Amino acid sequence: MAQTTHPPGTGGHAASGGEGASRRDFLYLATGAVGAIGVASAVWPFIDSMNPAADTLALASIDVDLAPVQEGQAITVTWRGKPVFVRHRTAKEIEEARTVNLGELRDPAADDARVKKPEWLIVVGICTHLGCVPLGQKPTDPRGDYDGWFCPCHGSHYDTAGRIRKGPAPANLVVPQYAFTSDTAVRLG
Amino acid sequence: MAQAHAPQFKNPVVKWIDSRLPIFTMLDHEYNQYPMPRNVNYLWAFGAIAGIMLVIMIATGLVLAMQYAAHTTIAFDSVERIMRDVNYGWLLRYVHANGASMFFIAVYIHMFRGLYYGSYKAPREILWILGVLILLAMMATAFMGYVLPWGQMSFWGATVITNLFSAFPLVGDPIVTWLWGGFSVDNPTLNRFFALHFLLPFVLLGLVILHTAALHVSGSNNPLGIDAKGPQDTVPFNPYVTVKDGFAVVVFLIFYAAFVFFAPNYLGHPDNYIPANPLVTPAHIVPEWYFLPFYAILRAIPDKLGGVLAMFGAIAVLAALPWLDTSKVRSCKFRPIYRQFFWILAIDALVLGYAGAMPAEGVWLLVARIGTAYYFFHFLILLPLLGKLERPLPLPASICEPVLKGGGRVAAGAHAKPMEKA
Repeated sequence: MAQTTHPPGTGGHAASGGEGASRRDFLYLATGAVGAIGVASAVWPFIDSMNPAADTLALASIDVDLAPVQEGQAITVTWRGKPVFVRHRTAKEIEEARTVNLGELRDPAADDARVKKPEWLIVVGICTHLGCVPLGQKPTDPRGDYDGWFCPCHGSHYDTAGRIRKGPAPANLVVPQYAFTSDTAVRLG
Repeated sequence: MAQAHAPQFKNPVVKWIDSRLPIFTMLDHEYNQYPMPRNVNYLWAFGAIAGIMLVIMIATGLVLAMQYAAHTTIAFDSVERIMRDVNYGWLLRYVHANGASMFFIAVYIHMFRGLYYGSYKAPREILWILGVLILLAMMATAFMGYVLPWGQMSFWGATVITNLFSAFPLVGDPIVTWLWGGFSVDNPTLNRFFALHFLLPFVLLGLVILHTAALHVSGSNNPLGIDAKGPQDTVPFNPYVTVKDGFAVVVFLIFYAAFVFFAPNYLGHPDNYIPANPLVTPAHIVPEWYFLPFYAILRAIPDKLGGVLAMFGAIAVLAALPWLDTSKVRSCKFRPIYRQFFWILAIDALVLGYAGAMPAEGVWLLVARIGTAYYFFHFLILLPLLGKLERPLPLPASICEPVLKGGGRVAAGAHAKPMEKA
């Protein structure tokens, strides 16, 4: 069957011009608008399901106990799946960070602006170049030319305030959002 | 068909692409101009509805698979996490779980439509057989999907269904061990079921494309079961059938949404919210509703291998239907005797479904046996005989004749533009 064919186009538009046409245009537009809203609201759950889930968000802030960290030591904690460097800086390290001429820095930032208490430096331990974790947390690690951290991937050097000093990285190590909940405890996030 | 009527596209980009890869010509030909018999009723919308269901299942399944973990230790918890923590996870899972039921509802109505109007007869045999293959692929996909939440019904459903293969002599036990990847349904089984549950819908999609391609060769059947004889018997697919199918899809989606939002677990089984326990079988184990008639056939036969063969045979017999039905008349409208047996078969399928949900003992076992016997009697004995014995009613000369009296007169409005004869 069905060797039949019909002329091109949607066919069967008897009414054209005059009042019929504008009414038809209105119906087309109204139908299209309702359809677009319907499709958008149906698609949204699919997209939103790929955003962080409630259990992921529940882990978005963590408490860190600083009491066991002696002066000169550093610890690495995991926050939102990323390493966070917490360094108990010595007086010498604080002095080094403060005496730098800001004009020489690639990403100028004063040491005061990067810490809440001078002895505690808290930065996200991810190199701003291409996302490696810099060395410098352990006493045996190389700390680069500026006594901070050294990224082994492409040779970026960070100082004792986590600022980029040498190498390809464009910016300082990121200071996460945090607050001291007591003298020896801090909440990240 | 219509190379002489290749559409002229105004948009230069469309024109450029179309002259290199004629997808727009194809779409115009298959979904715009495509001639549909003008008398198709709403039962013809269920093919489109089933197609929409497949798309919904693949879309929701994709995002669910991004959250699901196919390991026995965390599968159940990962599903609960989808329900509680993932944004709109409850909605996506309920749409997916109830979608399986809706897909089967649409396909079963689509199949009974085909049975009533003889859509499986020449020249649509391959179209019908592709449909039977689609049903098989759907059943396999649905079964494996039901295993994934790793609840009690998942686990014991998987155990029972995979054990079906142990009925075969000699090769049975090695096959079952191979299916399991171990000595019981366990983590390897869950892993492979997840992989196959992801793969099979795309096999299904391929079969649906072939099914549609075969349909568009011979064209749609219609309630009269006679071929369209010319343009006076057809309307272009767009806008007539797109709007009609679209309306049917919307009504069906309302029915579907009622389940998703107001009775999301009505079609499921509460035991599947108990984590799988290989040491305790639930007291009353039943498959999902869409398997119940086949489950009743399985249990009706008092022999392990016989039951398995009867169950698979119940589907295989459908594939042979184009040759079992010897009548040349397609539509039940003109087959006064077969029409009554059609309804008896429809009731038989419902009775088998009900018996499948009941415990396999006493009167329900007897009901299942009578129902099973009638099912095979209908296809294997009744249909071949009826074609020879029944005297069909006279067929109308054309599709438009019963409506328009005068026969091939071209209707105003729908066919106001000039057209040529077939």
